[in-house]
Amino acid sequence: MSRLSSNRWLRLLGALAVAAILGFLLLPAIVAALAAFNGRAILSFPPETWSLRWFAKALAYEDFRAGFRNGLIVTAWASVLALVVGAAFAFVLDRYDFRFKRTLETVLLSPLVIAHFTVGLGFLILAAQLGVARGFAVVIACHVVLVLPFVVRSVYVSLRNLDRRFELAAASLGAPPARVLATITLPLLLPGLVSGWLFAAILSFNEFTASLFVTVQRTQTLPVAMYNYVREYADPSMAAISVIYIVATAALLTFATLFLGLGKVLDVEQAR
Amino acid sequence: MNRPFLRVFVSPAILCAAALLAALAAVLQYSLRAYVPGALEPGGFTLANFAALAKPLYARVFLDTVWICFITALVSLIIGYPLAYALVRTRNAALKAVILVIAVTPLFLGEVVRTYSWIVVLGNNGFVNAMLLKLGLIAQPLQLMFTHFGVVTALVHVTLPVMVIMLAAALAHVDRDCERAAASLGAGPIRTFLTVTLPLSMPGIVAGVTTAFAWTFSAFATPQLIGGGQVNMVSNLVYQLGFASFNFPFAASLSVAGLALTFAVLALLRAVARPLERIGPH
Repeated sequence: MSRLSSNRWLRLLGALAVAAILGFLLLPAIVAALAAFNGRAILSFPPETWSLRWFAKALAYEDFRAGFRNGLIVTAWASVLALVVGAAFAFVLDRYDFRFKRTLETVLLSPLVIAHFTVGLGFLILAAQLGVARGFAVVIACHVVLVLPFVVRSVYVSLRNLDRRFELAAASLGAPPARVLATITLPLLLPGLVSGWLFAAILSFNEFTASLFVTVQRTQTLPVAMYNYVREYADPSMAAISVIYIVATAALLTFATLFLGLGKVLDVEQAR
Repeated sequence: MNRPFLRVFVSPAILCAAALLAALAAVLQYSLRAYVPGALEPGGFTLANFAALAKPLYARVFLDTVWICFITALVSLIIGYPLAYALVRTRNAALKAVILVIAVTPLFLGEVVRTYSWIVVLGNNGFVNAMLLKLGLIAQPLQLMFTHFGVVTALVHVTLPVMVIMLAAALAHVDRDCERAAASLGAGPIRTFLTVTLPLSMPGIVAGVTTAFAWTFSAFATPQLIGGGQVNMVSNLVYQLGFASFNFPFAASLSVAGLALTFAVLALLRAVARPLERIGPH
């Protein structure tokens, strides 16, 4: 076989493999959608009748509504706090050397490899020891720590890709550091900051295991409410809410890819 | 040296690190306290919790967990590599965007939604069984739920995005001139891949496998709901002990042991990978 045609076979094989893997990734979403529009309470494939009743039921379910509201409160606080803390830290990480820099970086990035149930258990015990009631503050603190590594990483990558000559030009024209930061650095960093915040927000809104440990009925977030629902009921309401979730998340990520250059932020663009 | 903003910018980060360390210290402290049945407040200091870890029941869960983490990381490496390669190398911008969004979405969905979707796929009257029955390939539904196969399938779905991101980041920095050089010297595409591209992407493989391992260790809802008591991981044990028997000291000691195990395995993986990485960029 000539090299050219063996190359073509390899390409075809590769394309088929990639299509199969993408199919594996999409399968649960497609199946959940089929189940969500199913008319009957018992799952059957393909559905015999179609209906929107499970969407109506899911949207009216009080625990989901309360979980959604609590989730928004936690996510709003946690994502903004993580953005401010993480962006500031990424800045010093990129620009300066100081004592214990590596130690601090290791500690702050460690939630990437520490099991969420350990972090959740830790904040639960800590709150008990400090005599703090298990309110929103504990949940928010726990979420900030958990999503911080993602903010630090995406802002740090953007800082690396930033052309520092603009800053030098502004400084040489007499702008003080604060003005350089506000008028040059921050605007150039905007895509990295927005995607860092978006990561933090999505991850916090969907965080489950640690939340299960640190929330109580009053502060229960949506994933915890959904978990409790799955354990008690088997009707497709959960499929309906899953579909809403999947569509919303995919839409946000598509937005991030098209307008924020998600590929650049994740550092997966071919260097040349 | 003039370092504007250093103090202001680093202080909140120190505060967060302190909170995390305090939480981990709290777990460590509880793991050394005695369990007082019926009381939320633990008793005096003891090593009894760690002695109890050696019981076959718990040792088995640990071994099982490590095995599941290992298989999950390996499978996600094998199917993540082609996807990462396609993501980095395709010249079609639209295709690139589609692959990226499909590949990273599961990462952001959260464990509960993902796990539920897999229950609908794998259940006895779920999608896979319904299709196979309809096609007449099987007479009885296959038991996919409550098995290692089911748990690992759902876990791979979670770890695949991280794996793809880390592999793609490494592949993106592979100098394509090296590949061109190999090809111009007469190496075929397979040989070029095996001797140039694969070794050069080794840092991504190490990062991907270690992260996939740690993330699988962290999984809770997937083994809980898909494992259904038949497949237990350390996370399930910790939750059970904490919230069903209120034995927080023992739950804490399991967490500490789990943390030690994670770090040990990560260190081991890095040590094994170091000579491999040396094959890579010279």
